[in-house]
Amino acid sequence: MATDAPTRPAPPEQIRAVPVRHPGRWVAAAVIAVLIAMFVHMLATNPVFQWQFMVDNMFSEPVLRGARTTLLMTVLAMVLGVLLGVLLAVMRLSPNPVVSGAAWVYVWFFRAIPRIVLLFFMANLGALYATYELGFPFDRQLMDLFGFSGDLRFLGLNGNQIFTGFTAGLLGLALSEGAYMAEIVRAGIQSVDPGQAEAASALGMNRSTTLRRIVLPQAMRVIIPPTGNETIAMLKDTSLLIAVPVTTELNFQLRAIGSRTFQIIPMAVASILWYAALASLLMLGQYFLEKRFSRGFGARETRAQRAARRAREVGGSQ
Amino acid sequence: MSTDGDTAGGAGRAMVRAEGVHKRFGHVEVLKGIDLEVAPREVMCVIGPSGSGKSTFLRCINHLEKIDAGRLWVDGHLVGYREHGGKLHELPERAVAAQRRDIGMVFQRFHLFPHMTALENVIEAPLRVKGLAKDAARARGRELLERVGLGDRVHNYPNQLSGGQQQRVAIARALAMEPKLMLFDEPTSALDPELVGEVLDVMRGLAADGMTMVVVTHEMGFAREVGDTLVFMDDGVVVEAGDPRQVLSNPQHERTRGFLSKVL
Repeated sequence: MATDAPTRPAPPEQIRAVPVRHPGRWVAAAVIAVLIAMFVHMLATNPVFQWQFMVDNMFSEPVLRGARTTLLMTVLAMVLGVLLGVLLAVMRLSPNPVVSGAAWVYVWFFRAIPRIVLLFFMANLGALYATYELGFPFDRQLMDLFGFSGDLRFLGLNGNQIFTGFTAGLLGLALSEGAYMAEIVRAGIQSVDPGQAEAASALGMNRSTTLRRIVLPQAMRVIIPPTGNETIAMLKDTSLLIAVPVTTELNFQLRAIGSRTFQIIPMAVASILWYAALASLLMLGQYFLEKRFSRGFGARETRAQRAARRAREVGGSQ
Repeated sequence: MSTDGDTAGGAGRAMVRAEGVHKRFGHVEVLKGIDLEVAPREVMCVIGPSGSGKSTFLRCINHLEKIDAGRLWVDGHLVGYREHGGKLHELPERAVAAQRRDIGMVFQRFHLFPHMTALENVIEAPLRVKGLAKDAARARGRELLERVGLGDRVHNYPNQLSGGQQQRVAIARALAMEPKLMLFDEPTSALDPELVGEVLDVMRGLAADGMTMVVVTHEMGFAREVGDTLVFMDDGVVVEAGDPRQVLSNPQHERTRGFLSKVL
């Protein structure tokens, strides 16, 4: 070997050392294997699980409708919550002290209230006023004051009709979520280099354009991961709708089957499997969203760049 | 837009005119009375030790910082205020934004929008602020990137560009608003030494095209060669101003001599 290139020394012999042994790994593997075997054995032998019964019932028509309701509730509550959260975060960061203070009070209040308590209250708003009307504030008092009679109201809704089931649940979850999202969005906005807003205003952009076009898209990178967690938490919190109650929701339906047939355990396990499956679906969606909003932060090529590079390469080889 | 109140005292044709400009951050007085004038098509370079207030003064020119005393005019208009009946009125956000439209600014650390490609960075303000049509903005954007030597990098994101390329995109972005004045805040200080030249070349080209420029810099060669005026600032005041060759080779003040002996 060295005869071909006498000036270059032969490469040193490759190292063949005895690797460090890891007995701890084998011990851990053995312990866990035994635990798994015990667990599987329990699942297979305990008759209370009633696997056939569970499989037969967990995909029944009302359960499938329940899953749809739960997903719909999750999506709607999150959409409303995110919109509310962005609004509150922008208010919170406003130079106007009244607006910023109002946002602070909102966030404080709704973060302090347990969701199940809020949902129970929302469900009973129908008892507070029979009808909910849209109109001029303090109209009756003002009309009295000026010697008129009557009121200034345009739209009346029956309280017991709006604050039942789905709507009450949705409102409760969305109002509560808005407070959490406000904090997440605020953290995201504040994570963006202030030089960005400065550069935008040096170009003559106003505050709202700067926020919409420059700051929020960059804040998204920080906002999205915790929002994914919030969505998954929301999916799970739809089971709190039992406090309203929302009878068409997934967990309610599975429990109903369980209590009706006295097969509590199989239906509880079905609930676990359903939520695990739906949450996994959401985690997958979160993964793709995060990839989308990391644009310009990784060193990945864009489609246009790839096309341009290929064109160059083809052109260069000819 | 121009009323007598705006232009009073700002008469003449100066592009920038500062009279007794003071700026304080808390208890620290950063600018202690700056009097300066930049004529149209003039290139003024500002040098001085760090903390001398040169960057702060530059930021006052487009109202990124509010001045505490004195007057500052750009193209005859009071910056950030309106004078009416002997009183100063703060301009609303929209009017300040309108003033900034005509003043391009290039930052030491570029501040490109990282979520947008080079071309998107350049056309963003023309689209959103000037309301230019997308096709026209893109054509103009490509032209500007071509002009700063980045015609083949239009679709790159900032993190795929070198520092020198990013700063050239930042210059193109500022030029896209067709400013009548360009402010450069240490545009080459964050660059690797071998990338400084490409940015200075672009700035040299701008100067040759007759752009009015105020350049805060440590590049004495550029100041000597391209600058029409050189201003030496120290401790919040203008110590010495004049022809760059004169100031650099024959400084009149002790402080100027001391500073130059350290950097040259």
